Amino acid sequence: MTVTDAAPAKITGIDPNVLVERSPRADDRPSREALFSVQDLTVRYGAVPALADVSLEIYRNYVTAFIGPSGCGKSTFIRCFNRMNDLIPSAVVEGTILYHGLDLYGHEVDPVEVRKRIGMVFQKPNPFPKTIFDNVAFGPRILSMDGPVEERVEKALREAALWDEVKDRLKASALSLSGGQQQRLCIARCLAVEPDVILMDEPASALDPISTTAIEDLMHRLKREYTIVIVTHNMQQAARVADMTAFFSVRVSEDGKQRTGVLIEYDETPTIFTKPNDKRTEDYVTGRFG
Amino acid sequence: MATREAALGPRPEIRLRAESRRWSEDVVKGVLALCALVSVATTLGIVIALLEPSIEFFSEISAVDFFSGTTWAPLFVPSSFGVLPLLAGTLNVTAVACLVAMPLGLAAAIFLSEYAKPRVRQVLKPSLEVLAGIPTVVFGFFALTFFTPLLQDVGIDVNVFNALSAGIVMGVMLIPTVASISEDAMASVPRELRDGAYALGGSRLQVSTRIVVPAAISGIVASFVLAISRAIGETMIVLIAAGGIAQLTADSREPMQTMTAFIAATGIGDVPTGSIEYKTIFAVGLTLFVITLVMNVFAIRLVRKYREIYE
Amino acid sequence: MSAVPAILGRRSTGERVRGGAFYALLVFSISVGFLLLGTLLVDVFRKGVPFLDWVLLNNPPSASPEKAGARPAILGTIYMMGLLLLMAVPVGVGTALYLEEYADRERWYNRVLEINIQNLAAVPSIVYGILGLAFLVRGLGLGRVLLAGAMILTLLVLPIVIVSSREAIRAVPDSIRQGAYALGATQWQVISRQVLPAAIPGIATGSILALARAIGETAPLLLVGALTYVAIDPTILGQFTALPIQIFQWIARPQDDFKLLAAAGIIVLLAILLVMNAGAIWLRNRYQRRW
Repeated sequence: MTVTDAAPAKITGIDPNVLVERSPRADDRPSREALFSVQDLTVRYGAVPALADVSLEIYRNYVTAFIGPSGCGKSTFIRCFNRMNDLIPSAVVEGTILYHGLDLYGHEVDPVEVRKRIGMVFQKPNPFPKTIFDNVAFGPRILSMDGPVEERVEKALREAALWDEVKDRLKASALSLSGGQQQRLCIARCLAVEPDVILMDEPASALDPISTTAIEDLMHRLKREYTIVIVTHNMQQAARVADMTAFFSVRVSEDGKQRTGVLIEYDETPTIFTKPNDKRTEDYVTGRFG
Repeated sequence: MATREAALGPRPEIRLRAESRRWSEDVVKGVLALCALVSVATTLGIVIALLEPSIEFFSEISAVDFFSGTTWAPLFVPSSFGVLPLLAGTLNVTAVACLVAMPLGLAAAIFLSEYAKPRVRQVLKPSLEVLAGIPTVVFGFFALTFFTPLLQDVGIDVNVFNALSAGIVMGVMLIPTVASISEDAMASVPRELRDGAYALGGSRLQVSTRIVVPAAISGIVASFVLAISRAIGETMIVLIAAGGIAQLTADSREPMQTMTAFIAATGIGDVPTGSIEYKTIFAVGLTLFVITLVMNVFAIRLVRKYREIYE
Repeated sequence: MSAVPAILGRRSTGERVRGGAFYALLVFSISVGFLLLGTLLVDVFRKGVPFLDWVLLNNPPSASPEKAGARPAILGTIYMMGLLLLMAVPVGVGTALYLEEYADRERWYNRVLEINIQNLAAVPSIVYGILGLAFLVRGLGLGRVLLAGAMILTLLVLPIVIVSSREAIRAVPDSIRQGAYALGATQWQVISRQVLPAAIPGIATGSILALARAIGETAPLLLVGALTYVAIDPTILGQFTALPIQIFQWIARPQDDFKLLAAAGIIVLLAILLVMNAGAIWLRNRYQRRW
């Protein structure tokens, strides 16, 4: 895949070579499989729609990024995938999300089962006030996964690229780790449950640049086994890590009182950043607004 | 680049249903709700316990006689069931207590909130909590064995049992109640309000009394109402130090019996169940409960009001 | 030079005097209260210390002050503490968990529940005694036994346990719950494995303070039958007495010596309370997490 000559003129601050490196589809996978199919999804808190009529597909073993200005509903959207919005009493979800063809919000679906398969890492690292070991072991223990817990903990910590740093102090408090390490611990905790999908809501926004790079490298490695969806307000990050990017924006009602998030454009990342179809997307990625 | 989107169909091994209905979750919720019902049962129990014998009581003694009679002599022959002496006793002690607790408590609150340096606060606040933790029987002892003789030594002609001594000591006991709620209300007044007044050149006295206290007034009034309620409901201090003679008088130096002291004194004794004397416990208890209930509801409303405004 | 007005001069004398007088008034007011408290403590100690000895702690009460002790009363208080721990803490924490983690605030019955608890906290303690008299002693026919006293005190301090437990539970940050839910935990797993363990220091502190409050209560026990003259060691389903009751009984005796004995009993009671409060404060400082 070649970089078009028009690209540099359209992009500000995004290195086109980054986009070239990252395009993996040419080498190993001829087709992309849709893991999630979102159809006309609308989320309300009370009467106000926070997010309206979103339709897209999330592909297996891809990193998909949701970008957009603040208030455009990207966090609300990502929380629909693991039914975390259920924990907010006033939230109402309309529309469909199919996961492996099954409706995530079907009658008989148990949110607890959903969350076993679709894990989440939060913006602010939230390790439990327990030891490092107990943090990672929590998931396997409550889900009664078989096999020795120690092995699962080590595997998860290795996958999260944290093992070497903590192997000698597994019984230390998780709160004694640095911010970047805590976030990787949270990722390890999530991996220990062996999910299908990892959702990340602005995983690096509370971290310093070096930790951020570590997390992004992790995403590259993890996507071989897992499907990753991230929300980020950092466009460069999306350009660095994501295969597909969805751009959301805010639609203001006529009286100016209601702000609803809507999906503007969804495409492969290079397209979004070099030749977006919608002018609003172009305005956003070139920094003209947002 | 050739792409072919293929949607993943349902895989047989993926089920999003729970394996079995999580009935243990429902059991837990049920058990916890049952715990919560204990408090409901308590209130119901109190109401029933008070109402049933009272209804029987008022079928024998007319309510008019009860609430307007000026002689309380349930065990005498002929017996008289006018509750006014008990009410007067309660009122007397309560009034004395409030005359002590309200100014001193408010002063403590203003000092803590507007004047005290952090190190003084660190000593003062816990001391108030110590005061609040002393059992009322101890205060009763103090009133009878130290304060009454003290008053007599100073020249105030008080009886061995009297309402003045009990009232003053009760007032001291109530200082923490007034102080802590008032201080809480004053602390909720936003900094900006004070800063604005200071910036205009106000002195601490002016800012405290003209800005902070008025802004916190609903909380302060709530603390007063709660103190009154607690004074009305307090038993041991009056039982020990105020006396057991139910007489209708306004002279605090005389012995009096309050509603609470009457209930306690009768309850200690062996009153036959179902007798009219037994039922007096509940009739007076009902009167007491209603009075304090009304005040408590009022106070709680006031507290909610100031919390709403500033939080 | 003297033509320059003294803009930044001192406040007027009147203002300064008023400010100073007000400050003095405040300090005086506070001092009065603490002076009385101090006098109380000194007086109690002066009267009671001579009678503070093993006889007091080990003997049953008797008609003569030299031989009288508070043993049944002390034991009764201790047994009562134990029963309270078993009854008040689980029910109180359970109620707090229900209100904080399960109850939907919008529903009317949950709001009624909260208001009810607030009201119960302010009901005069003797009314609880009346409740006990009507239902337990005469109604259920339990009689004037230790268990009845403990049950009534449980109801009395339940609101305190509930309020302090709720605060401890509420202090656990929501991010911990979200993290646990996101791993596929059920609600009870989140509560039992994350929320409760994190809230235990606060719950323990609140429970100790509630118990300390209960220990000092006299009025309800008078009605539920802590007989004032109990010479034998108490049992759960038998006659009983408690330390505050014993103190009250001694105060009511005409002989002066008994009043001194009462003071000694008060010292013991205050000592127990001091230990409990200190324990609660130590617990709070040692284990309190700063989130």
